[in-house]
Amino acid sequence: MPKRTDIKKILIIGSGPIIISQACEFDYSGAQAVKALKEEGYEVVLINSNPATIMTDPELADSTYIEPITPEMVIKVIEKERPDALLPTLGGQTALNTAIKVAEMGALEKYNVEMLAANIDVIRKAEGREEFKAAMESIGLNVPMSVIVHTLADAMAAAEEIGFPVIVRPSFTLGGTGGGVAYNRHELEELSSSGLDLSMTTEIMLERSLLGWKEYELEVMRDSKDNVVIICSIENVDAMGVHTGDSITVAPAQTLSDREYQNMRDAAIAIIREIGVETGGSNVQFAVNPVDGELMVIEMNPRVSRSSALASKATGFPIAKIAAKLAVGYTLDEIKNDITRETYASFEPTIDYCVVKIPRWTFEKFPEAEDLLSTAMKSVGETMAIGRTFKEAFQKGMRSLETGRFGFGADGKNDLGHLELEDLESGLRRPNSKRVSYIHEGLKRGFSIEKIFALTQIDPWFLRNFQQIVEMEGVIRERGFQGLDAAFLRRTKEYGFSDYQLAFLTGTSNKDVRGLRAKLGVTPVYKLVDTCAAEFESYTPYYYSTYEQENEAVASDKKKVIILGGGPNRIGQGIEFDYCCVHAAFALKEIGVESIMVNSNPETVSTDYDTSDKLYFEPLTLEDVLNIIEQEKPSGVIVQFGGQTPLNLAVALEEAGVPIIGTPPDSIDRAEDRKRFQQFLQKLGLRQPDNDTVYTLEEALVASEKIGYPVVVRPSYVLGGRDMRIAYNDKEIRNFMAIPGIAGGEHPVLVDKFLKDAIEVDVDAICDGTHTVIGGILEHIEEAGIHSGDSSCVLPPHTLSPELVEEIKRASRAMAEELGVIGLMNVQFAVKDQNLYILEVNPRASRTVPFVSKATGVPLAKLATKVMMGMSLEELGFTREVEISHWAVKEAVFPFDRFDNVDTLLGPEMKSTGEVMGIDDDLGLAIAKGQLATGSTLPASGSVFISVRDSDKQSILAPARTLVEMDFKIIATRGTAKFLESHNVPCERVNKISQGRPHILDKLQDNQVAWVVNTSLGRRTTEDSYSIRRAALELHVPYTTTATGAVAVVMAMKAMREKEIGVHPVQYFTREGTKR
Amino acid sequence: MKAVIVLEDGTFFEGRSFTGSGEAVGEIVFNTSMSGYQEILTDPSYTGQIVTMTYPLIGNYGVNKADMESASVHPMAFLVKEYNDYPSNYRSEGTLADFLRQYGVLGVEGFDTRALVRHIRTKGAMKGIVSTEDLDRDSLVARARQWSGLVGQDMVSRVTCREPYGWADNRPVPGTNFATAQSGLNNPHKIVAFDFGLKYNQARILTDKGCQVQVVPASTDAETVLAMNPDGIFLSNGPGDPEGVPGVVATIRSLLGKKPIFGICLGHQLLGLAYGGSTYKLKFGHRGGNQPVKDLTTGRVEITSQNHGFCVDMDSINPEEVELTHINLNDGSVEGMRHKKYQAFSVQYHPEHAPGPHDAMYLFDRFLKML
Repeated sequence: MPKRTDIKKILIIGSGPIIISQACEFDYSGAQAVKALKEEGYEVVLINSNPATIMTDPELADSTYIEPITPEMVIKVIEKERPDALLPTLGGQTALNTAIKVAEMGALEKYNVEMLAANIDVIRKAEGREEFKAAMESIGLNVPMSVIVHTLADAMAAAEEIGFPVIVRPSFTLGGTGGGVAYNRHELEELSSSGLDLSMTTEIMLERSLLGWKEYELEVMRDSKDNVVIICSIENVDAMGVHTGDSITVAPAQTLSDREYQNMRDAAIAIIREIGVETGGSNVQFAVNPVDGELMVIEMNPRVSRSSALASKATGFPIAKIAAKLAVGYTLDEIKNDITRETYASFEPTIDYCVVKIPRWTFEKFPEAEDLLSTAMKSVGETMAIGRTFKEAFQKGMRSLETGRFGFGADGKNDLGHLELEDLESGLRRPNSKRVSYIHEGLKRGFSIEKIFALTQIDPWFLRNFQQIVEMEGVIRERGFQGLDAAFLRRTKEYGFSDYQLAFLTGTSNKDVRGLRAKLGVTPVYKLVDTCAAEFESYTPYYYSTYEQENEAVASDKKKVIILGGGPNRIGQGIEFDYCCVHAAFALKEIGVESIMVNSNPETVSTDYDTSDKLYFEPLTLEDVLNIIEQEKPSGVIVQFGGQTPLNLAVALEEAGVPIIGTPPDSIDRAEDRKRFQQFLQKLGLRQPDNDTVYTLEEALVASEKIGYPVVVRPSYVLGGRDMRIAYNDKEIRNFMAIPGIAGGEHPVLVDKFLKDAIEVDVDAICDGTHTVIGGILEHIEEAGIHSGDSSCVLPPHTLSPELVEEIKRASRAMAEELGVIGLMNVQFAVKDQNLYILEVNPRASRTVPFVSKATGVPLAKLATKVMMGMSLEELGFTREVEISHWAVKEAVFPFDRFDNVDTLLGPEMKSTGEVMGIDDDLGLAIAKGQLATGSTLPASGSVFISVRDSDKQSILAPARTLVEMDFKIIATRGTAKFLESHNVPCERVNKISQGRPHILDKLQDNQVAWVVNTSLGRRTTEDSYSIRRAALELHVPYTTTATGAVAVVMAMKAMREKEIGVHPVQYFTREGTKR
Repeated sequence: MKAVIVLEDGTFFEGRSFTGSGEAVGEIVFNTSMSGYQEILTDPSYTGQIVTMTYPLIGNYGVNKADMESASVHPMAFLVKEYNDYPSNYRSEGTLADFLRQYGVLGVEGFDTRALVRHIRTKGAMKGIVSTEDLDRDSLVARARQWSGLVGQDMVSRVTCREPYGWADNRPVPGTNFATAQSGLNNPHKIVAFDFGLKYNQARILTDKGCQVQVVPASTDAETVLAMNPDGIFLSNGPGDPEGVPGVVATIRSLLGKKPIFGICLGHQLLGLAYGGSTYKLKFGHRGGNQPVKDLTTGRVEITSQNHGFCVDMDSINPEEVELTHINLNDGSVEGMRHKKYQAFSVQYHPEHAPGPHDAMYLFDRFLKML
């Protein structure tokens, strides 16, 4: 069937900010879909609040609404754009849930908008627990025994029938938020209450526990003629009980006989038909009893997903792109397979390698939270590795994680040798982020496969492969460096051992091993990911390395540049850097230079084979990168776009003679190295907070005393403020220096004077070595001391004087030119008492580059790439900064609700996973949009609870007055109330928790509070107010933890009350001539 | 133990035997299925061939009795990237290595199987030799070239049953004229199945669908078959070149129009010859579980299990009498045909799967409807 001509304009809903369980994969799928639909001549309208996405690039869709993804805003977009159709299956759960609400509100009917791919009944049938269960039973498939309940009492009763342990799953939530395993009545009570609360429909399901069963996923596609194909099978290494997003997974399935696999395939096909997904991709999860093969259906997602992104990267089959084409009427046998060019999409990819996905957790960011994996997803990113054996792929994956590891143990970093047997067994028994290390240790101690299986329920097939790696480790150790002959080295490489591991095990250096490999000719070859196991010739240069005979990669003789990506998402390093890498590839294409991408993150647009001319899906370690450089011999390598991961390699790459283009690594060092940086600033006559560089506790104490408390302390060379603290006294310095790896490490510790209550400012600029143009100046809403990645900020600055802004620009230019920046530079300033301080200079792409680009319409990363390729800003026609007359507000999004016992207070260590943008002609509305886009609500009436530290009391006065004027009631604790009353702001007093009941928590629980403003600083007050903040979080009461934040929110509330909130495409703000 | 793989054009790979010493000559082919190695090994159509699996990790789930597609292992040797020695599956009854040893088939791992596959894809299927005994390249090349190859050879006589058998209780039971076929079926269709190298799953499925299946040797003549008065005749899959199989084409021709006929794979090719057509050898064949086939009568696409090196030349057949019903979407080759006058149809692929997708099971129902 050819494409439909009765629809012309299609609305796509994106997935919004990066949160746990919804990351870059939906930018990948969304961007693919937008491109595919445009290619077919449709007019595409997009709504997505996440400015760091490629899909929101203004040149991609016809109209791009960077607006909050709420039903109300989507309806406004529909009213304005009048699309013929809505495609809800590409923006994750967010898009699906929003689409349901929009439909329920009658807007689709009213404006005659057709829902493509999956209509509302389909979505309900797939997502509603009861409907799904009935549907499965009707086609003869089993689902675990379960009971749906809507009240706590019913939950307790149902569990008696099902028996413990019982799984609690809230309906209509993301990534299983609020779900978990209850082993007893007490745990059930806790999980049920929170689950009921989180569910969009106040509904939870209690389910028979399948703990220890094997878990599988199939990616299924269906077209309008009812042709169905399976794109990929995935087997989880971790057994049931660990969320798929937190499981190490492997493609294809490894331990199913064909009969079992085909039965599962039949089931998946029957399911997509029964649920009625009309076109596109779905994901079906199964559990298999390892004892007798009993098959259970766990769930199905009638949309593209994290797994479909993984499956696309694992097979080379672009699921989202094909899904978009199927949605407009094409059938699978009408769509060409890009990779083979001759065959069609109506086939099932077969692969001749093994793919391993490993989640990336950030428990280190939330030390209060227990490192325990369960049915609610906790990981923030993932890495994928491809090898010809499981062992090779797994070890490549381990060294791709950016955790400082170089494989499955054998790198001197496992550090579990001291564990008592009991602790080791407990680490194996309880799923946690370090379980593979426990497995390694167990195998080293000679634990049998049976024993580890009994503790972990990890299939013995995987354990045997792990065991073989550990056995090989022993052999390498035994043979030593002298024993590394060519044949044996090859063998170790087939097992995935890195040079680092070989060096560690033989007591030599990376260089020794690399040298030996070169001498013996043991070098990697590159194989193609081709969807067909070499049955057809393929044309898409998507490669992975392995150690075999034939090399399929052909280096061209064109001018070419390698772009090093950012690896797995983690807090501090996410989609923003991927955006920059993708733009680098686009820019190179524009100037006719071959672009070669290296990255290991399967979620991203950068690892779409369509993005660059060549893609190497490889770990970003020195060894792997050097291998690619030797293969490709590029004229340049870009390290400044992928965040800290490639930057960490810069010096070593340069030492190895690799041509790093753009800002020279020495300039990066000059900005990173405290001593050199100080001299640099002195030379320019710029000021920085008093500071010192120390290595030991004693030095730290002396320095802090000299500088004067409070001080900011942090290790150098980190991103995302890892381990950054504000210390108010000696004790806190002692605590900080006691953190493992801080004192006496490779890198020094930086001690800075903490500028209390200063305003922070971020500047992104671009410099071609002689000229500098400021891309954007962002004024932070939260005061200095809160990590810049966690602050909300406003572009252009909303409170700074024009003189100060000029001074900021002057200083930025001077620094860029003195450093000899070629490309991007980010500066963090602090303004205190009208004085300008330089906090940090980073001559590289920053996290705010995409935000600034979206807000101003200037593609900074592209321009920077061209500058790095030797073009001048003048040639590029970018010589003057863009003045905008609208406001763009960045808001951060936090994962606090995923982690028990974690405070929501912000600090110098970054905690946010993502960001949104609010853009409007009115500052208040821009702030309001930012708030709405984070999922927060702005109360229109009710009571506001205010409890602030003394130093914030003055600043809270004005917003408190405004609140009263807007007829809000103010509730305050004693100190704050006294202050407000003394300034004629009426308020009601409420007890602190320690003052006895009824206290503030009671009010929160009784839904008597519409907004919580609670600020505190330093440990003491923090402990007191922690439970208030935590309660607000858990009860979904909007909360603000800074006074400046509260001022902004009040401004937004006022704007919402006084003005009509409207929607505008980003093109309206940034395209010349289209505005006003 | 070191093992070498040498092709007739001199291409050379070095691997390791995981089954002990041995040597084998045959046509080197590859299969792209990611699961189902046991069914592939026990498929008689692989007689005379050395099979390379494109999926690199083999042995993972062991072997078992239920997945046997015939009584023994047929490829001359089995080549994989990495043999996995620790099977994990509740159905597993033993390791693949022991299984291969039991049937005296050489298993080799530890070499660049993808390079071998790419070589065959570009140069075409060719003769090869695998050895742990003779590691000399020149001598091996010479011996590979000496081998007769498959074209024009009768491979069917090597695998067809010596004595007729009925299919009962999920196993072959010697006997003729349906005497030993499954009993207790309600009003069963009686099917005579020619064994050119029949896969057990064909008999299993027909029986499951309520048929009594009488399997007969390939050389059985038409009169003998008709004397059993079957409701339908089934032509099984089998190895090698259809034009090398003596006598059968004439038998089929004399059965045409007398009883409904359903042919699979070699059975389909032999039907093509019986229609007066010819067959040709494909460059490297179709072997795997992901081949897309379009049923031209419905427009639907099915994902099929395939294993064939020869193909019916549709141009050689009178279109007035026989119509094309199925095509391969990858290369447009013939996948199925139907006689317009007689009750006869056939497909090139394997609706009985094992291994592979179940999409084409409807063909058995199509056959039963004819009866």
